[in-house]
Amino acid sequence: MEPATATAKPPKTGRFLWLLLISIIVPVFNVGVHGLIFWFFRDSPLHPVVNALLAVIWGAAGVYSIYWSLNWVVEQYPDAWKRRLLPFVYVGPAVLLLGWLLVLPTVRTLYLSFFDATSSRFVGLANFGAVFTDRLLATALRNNLLWVFFGTILCVSLGLLIAILADRSSFERLAKTIIFMPMAISFVAAGVIWKFIYYYTPEEQQIGLLNAIVKAFGGEPQAWLTMVQPWNNLFLIVILVWMQTGFAMVIFSAAIKSVPDDILEAARVDGAGEIRIFFQIMIPYISGTLLSVTTTIIVFTLKIFDVVMVMTGGQYGTEVVATQFYRQLFMYQNTGYGSTLAIVLLIAVMPVIWINLRQFRREGGF
Amino acid sequence: MRRRNGLRRGKGIVNVVLAVICFIWLIPTFGLLISSFRPAADILSTGWWTIFPHKDWKTVERIELSRDTDLRQPIEVRGKTYSDDELRAGAEVEGQRLIWENRRARIVNVQEQKWTSTLRFTLQNYETVLGGKQYKITLPDGGTKTEQGSGMGRSFWNTVAVAVPSTIIPVFIASFAAYAFAWLKFPGRKIIFVVIVALLVVPLQVALIPILRDYTGIGLNGTYFGIWLAHTAFGLPLITYFMYNAVRQIPRDLFESAYMDGATNFTTFSRLVLPLTVPSLASICIFQFLWVWNDYLVALIFLGSLPDVQVLSMNIAGLAGSRGNDWHLLTAAAFVSMLMPLAVFFTLQRYFVRGLMGGSVKG
Repeated sequence: MEPATATAKPPKTGRFLWLLLISIIVPVFNVGVHGLIFWFFRDSPLHPVVNALLAVIWGAAGVYSIYWSLNWVVEQYPDAWKRRLLPFVYVGPAVLLLGWLLVLPTVRTLYLSFFDATSSRFVGLANFGAVFTDRLLATALRNNLLWVFFGTILCVSLGLLIAILADRSSFERLAKTIIFMPMAISFVAAGVIWKFIYYYTPEEQQIGLLNAIVKAFGGEPQAWLTMVQPWNNLFLIVILVWMQTGFAMVIFSAAIKSVPDDILEAARVDGAGEIRIFFQIMIPYISGTLLSVTTTIIVFTLKIFDVVMVMTGGQYGTEVVATQFYRQLFMYQNTGYGSTLAIVLLIAVMPVIWINLRQFRREGGF
Repeated sequence: MRRRNGLRRGKGIVNVVLAVICFIWLIPTFGLLISSFRPAADILSTGWWTIFPHKDWKTVERIELSRDTDLRQPIEVRGKTYSDDELRAGAEVEGQRLIWENRRARIVNVQEQKWTSTLRFTLQNYETVLGGKQYKITLPDGGTKTEQGSGMGRSFWNTVAVAVPSTIIPVFIASFAAYAFAWLKFPGRKIIFVVIVALLVVPLQVALIPILRDYTGIGLNGTYFGIWLAHTAFGLPLITYFMYNAVRQIPRDLFESAYMDGATNFTTFSRLVLPLTVPSLASICIFQFLWVWNDYLVALIFLGSLPDVQVLSMNIAGLAGSRGNDWHLLTAAAFVSMLMPLAVFFTLQRYFVRGLMGGSVKG
């Protein structure tokens, strides 16, 4: 396990050279080996199943071996150095990856948002001005507000309602499983499911469920996603509600169960109705949970992308900030607008970042 | 006694309301599942709910009119006269309906309302979407059409190749980091961790443009390795935070006795921390795995839609865009992509819920 103990202690200068040697060789060796494996994978001619299997082995064994070998090098150092260096071996890869792929890009995107479409001319805050005046971008902002407002209210209120109903029903587990299940599937698959429900044909026989129901009640079938603007946004929001209510419900359910029974009993004995108990005891008791679920869903709806992309591609007035970001970037090649929209999203979640940090400090942090 | 009855009735209402909500919640998925097994011709001509017994017009008799019947004049069928338009739309008389079967051959169907259900099922849709070959399908009007399979089988394995390493790598890296944050002292520890907490909800859109530029520069675009790295970085803040909370829960004495016994940090980590945090590891692995499995945005930007690398979500989104009316393909394709998440959900539900609750804030 510990090769260090096996090596005889060389004299001081020899030891120094030995340390220097392994400190250089081991990282270089790691870079070399994993670089080679990477090249192999990049142009791998193998079947994807074999590829996946090899990749799994490499992912697990490779990452573990990097840590193991670097750890071994540091273990050779004198104790004082060991204690100083080891933490950096452990957090190093995480910090490097986060720095390269999240922190620096955020700064670079902020920088790009002050430049024009091709990132060649400094335009100051002009892009930010355009976000609020350009019709396309303003539509995206308006729709995102619709998403945040209706999506959050519906998810939270339905989640709370179902949690309370389930708590008092005779099939709590089953009901919770059913409501929670849509969270497991992808937005793309959910998009297909709901596209089928909203489907409209000009023909007599409607195969979309919604139009069939409308027809059964004597109504006129509609092309829900394209024609009924701006209400088609609400039809998209229904999909989010279908998927995310389960999340709110599970968390509320746990919170409701933590309300002490004796308080509820006391209120009942005093003659309080269930509705009054709900508003005057339950709600205040779970207000913390209520707040955190609400912020989570707000953040989620701010970044909504997949549903809109799959359902309408952002056409028919359903554009949101994230889809407009994609469109500006890849269709109009406008890096300036693209970056600005990303930064708008970042600014929108700033309050949540602040809440998280405060929460973290209050919970003891370090 | 009155009160108890009231409560029981209350419970009855609760059960009914909840059952209705659950029913509504199930219908979309159920409709998809049923549709994916119906032949293409059926999907496109009747709703999936027609598999249930329902009343519909069924032909009970065929009447052949004389060949030279003038369609511009009132047409006589069984002693009554109808116009051509009436027979086209279907004329109801005494509980029966008369409708053209074949206008040119002058054949009229006599139909009655009967209980019926369309119970034709097939695996053809799955064969078509899974394979990459060409298939013949029957259309509603009776004709046939050859269509290209959509290679979902290949996409399925591509998704495995993307999702598994994108789960293992960040969980390893984050666990090591979490151990260091929880039990080792080093300069910058606090500030780095605060940055990680701040990064929890940062929308990943802010990172996409610069990463795309770097990737294009070093040739990582469209490679598995590139998307592993991207998913690793995007998952790291959450997994590190989640694992930090798990590692911190381990009693201090255990660590101290391990150090006393001369265990190095590495052995403490592999022999003590990893085994003790297995439930948390399982939860966060499931979360990250499903997140990557269901991801569309990151795959769209870094992996692209070439058939030999494209993942399930890309494949389905492509189908929905280019063949949006081929419901026999779309339903089967969507269900293929849901297999893995649903399997994980039903077998590992406990960990799954924990993971989702912990991971809900992810950017």
